[in-house]
Amino acid sequence: MSAVIESDHHDHHHGPAKGLMRWVLTTNHKDIGSMYLWFSFIMFLIGGTMALIIRAELFEPGMQIVKPEFFNQMTTMHGLIMVFGAVMPAFVGLANWLIPMMVGAPDMALPRMNNWSFWILPFAFGLLLSTLFMDGGGPNFGWTFYAPLSTTYAPPSVTFFIFAVHMMGVSSIMGAINVIATILNLRAPGMTYMKMPLFVWTWLITAFLLIAVMPVLAGVVTMMLMDIHFGTSFFNAEGGGDPVLFQHVFWFFGHPEVYIMILPAFGIASAIIPTFSRKPLFGYPSMVYATASIAILSFIVWAHHMFTVGLPLAGELFFMYATMLIAVPTGVKIFNWVATMFRGSLTFETPMLFSIAFVILFTIGGFSGLMLAIAPVDFQYHDTYFVVAHFHYVLVPGAIFSIFAAAYFWLPKWTGHMYNETLGKVHFWMSFIGLNLTFFPMHFVGLAGMPRRIPDYALQFADFNQISSVGAFIFGTTQLLFLFIVIQCIRGGKKASAQVWEGADGLEWTLPSPAPYHSFAQPPVIK
Amino acid sequence: MKPSKLLRLPAVLACLGVASAHAAWQTNLTPGVTEVGESVYQLHMIIFWICVAIGVVVFGVMFWSIINHRKSKGAKPAQFHESTTVEILWTIIPFVILIAMAVPATGTLIKMYDASDAAVDIKVTGYQWKWKYDYLNEEVGFFSNLSTSQDQIYNRDEKGENYLLEVDEPLVIPVGKKVRFLVTANDVIHSWWVPDLAVKRDAIPGFVNEAWTQAEKVGVYRGQCAELCGKDHGFMPIVVKVVSEPEYKEWVLAKQEVARQEYELKNKEWTLDELMTRGEKTYGTYCAGCHQPDGAGLPPAFPALKGSQIAKGPIESHADIVLHGKAGTAMQAFASQLNEVDIAAVVTYERNAWGNSMGDMLTPQQVAAMKNK
Repeated sequence: MSAVIESDHHDHHHGPAKGLMRWVLTTNHKDIGSMYLWFSFIMFLIGGTMALIIRAELFEPGMQIVKPEFFNQMTTMHGLIMVFGAVMPAFVGLANWLIPMMVGAPDMALPRMNNWSFWILPFAFGLLLSTLFMDGGGPNFGWTFYAPLSTTYAPPSVTFFIFAVHMMGVSSIMGAINVIATILNLRAPGMTYMKMPLFVWTWLITAFLLIAVMPVLAGVVTMMLMDIHFGTSFFNAEGGGDPVLFQHVFWFFGHPEVYIMILPAFGIASAIIPTFSRKPLFGYPSMVYATASIAILSFIVWAHHMFTVGLPLAGELFFMYATMLIAVPTGVKIFNWVATMFRGSLTFETPMLFSIAFVILFTIGGFSGLMLAIAPVDFQYHDTYFVVAHFHYVLVPGAIFSIFAAAYFWLPKWTGHMYNETLGKVHFWMSFIGLNLTFFPMHFVGLAGMPRRIPDYALQFADFNQISSVGAFIFGTTQLLFLFIVIQCIRGGKKASAQVWEGADGLEWTLPSPAPYHSFAQPPVIK
Repeated sequence: MKPSKLLRLPAVLACLGVASAHAAWQTNLTPGVTEVGESVYQLHMIIFWICVAIGVVVFGVMFWSIINHRKSKGAKPAQFHESTTVEILWTIIPFVILIAMAVPATGTLIKMYDASDAAVDIKVTGYQWKWKYDYLNEEVGFFSNLSTSQDQIYNRDEKGENYLLEVDEPLVIPVGKKVRFLVTANDVIHSWWVPDLAVKRDAIPGFVNEAWTQAEKVGVYRGQCAELCGKDHGFMPIVVKVVSEPEYKEWVLAKQEVARQEYELKNKEWTLDELMTRGEKTYGTYCAGCHQPDGAGLPPAFPALKGSQIAKGPIESHADIVLHGKAGTAMQAFASQLNEVDIAAVVTYERNAWGNSMGDMLTPQQVAAMKNK
């Protein structure tokens, strides 16, 4: 603790600058982390509004609110903004706040680059959102932007979309480099790899995934750019190109990408569940190995998104088997969390509620994932609402719930105040009900034969779609409550102790609440 | 979701799964009318029940802890935190379960990939936003367009029973015969999907994909394009009529006769009124989706034809755009999609409808001459 007191003393001279320039010029991991989190929340609201436009149109059969071409822009932008603008920056924000505190470092290893990787984002998304106001409209080819719909047949704004994706990629790669440099170099003496908290481990693995696949994304959008403006034919069959090549390259990025959005969530659940079970995490080493296995497997399963493109039989079988294999390490993680809760001493504060819901609902998303892995059956599921239900079950209660859990769990450490527990629980239950009302019926309409990405549908799908739309509005409006809770917590509330939670374990809890501006000026002593 | 809900789900599925394919509240996959569809359905149900069983065990233990190991009930935490035996066990058991799932799945997949010895070969081509069917050995070919009216879609008219799942000309195949589909596309990627036939194959420009079905029951089966293909992706349904063998033969003969008559129409002398009548119909099917029934278009992507420079300019360049499309825009080439009579009719219609009153007309013979140039 002496280290901490000294850093407090330094704060007097090296505290944050005043005014707007503090945020523009900051190299502090906490300031940058906060900016990432706020940015992500704004994107979450924008992407969410788009989802509500979609659900409002789908409330009943017939075209009521938007035109089909605008509907396509909404589905595309909703996906892009949620993936690249809401989930990924939120995890980078959490990494910024937490990794230095968890490994006993004063700050991130590359603070100036940290500033730059954040400040690229508002421009990237400003560019992306501006396409909605251009002639011909914004991107309308789905977040997976399959060629040639996204090249030969795309609106002119596709060029801006390509540059926006490039900027997001640069930001992500720099963020990943920073995470790796911090974890490899700035661990306090005695913080061996197998002592690192799982959030740090999962982020280390995520960062390597990012560095491996973001350049692939950059490559594929560059090939699009060449096809559109420089007369090449990478994806144009008339010129000897191959539209399926696009999908191979895209999903070689895309599948690791979905694990990029879930591995840090595993780390969060592995911090919160032991805390509120008052019992150490069960099977720590197996958790590390399982995470690494999932990451490695994620590179050899990409074509399970393409079972219907006409792969040869051997290819279908290979990708089916490899995909099914992912269920093994994922299962190990679920079993470990349940074993951690078993014979613990459980309490159910908001972070724990979100984490338990995460485990249950993510498992349901995993089950539907396993079903989708079976190639012959996938022919019936592919591109239906069953798939929409599947990936929303892994992303909303998976990524988003874990982010909420993390926010409630560490807010007292960040702000020095406890949040309002009752309101937190209301937020949880409203989100939980809204989410299941929205996404569970999608399994049914998908199995009954409703394709995804359609602005209007046949009459037999009407009832479940209405339920989904009602659920979506419950879920969406509830998130304003979260905004209120966070602002209330920043402005005041019951003082938080350093330990905050009875069962909390880890270096960040040895720092006072709120944590000092520079986390560990002197390395802490690791037991 | 609570486990109680999860436990209720299979019961709901069991009750409703057998309901007819188009009943509301349908909650499960259809077994369809093919042997492959039936084995796909069986696989789906096996995997579903395995997942339910795993879910019951895992969530059972979890909820046991949630109920009994609460701090408020005075639970004292145990301190165990690892067991290599347990870890190995719960790695191996799921692995074995997966192998048990993979074996039947492999069998079904191999069956689906065997398209040999088909009795009928049909080339299926995806267009923005319609399907074209060519019977390769019968020399029959036609387009299949959505027949639901814009009035129904925009809520000006009551929606029919098969809203959005009806076409002007369905695909017709014989019952009990193996039918092979050669699936491709003309512009962007589409996906040809009929749940009851257990066929979904992407239609990709530059590729010819193979799929097959053998329907065991006479009836009408409906599906939709499954791959996002632009503005009217939701408006290009598939309707397959499975008929008895004699009925199928009769249908083929009738189609061949119609084709002969159409061919003869090309040489007939057409009047402006005749062309206008036919043009209105063709325009409604092929052009109104983008340029709108009143010719107002949806600028900027789909320009207005009412009062446009093209519709009121030289007739040759107007016809040229309809025949060959306009590069860099959404305007397609219709030379291969419409016959000479329809092209002549639609150009004539566009020049004389909505107050464009040019008074001139294009004849099928002129179109034929332009095509041969």
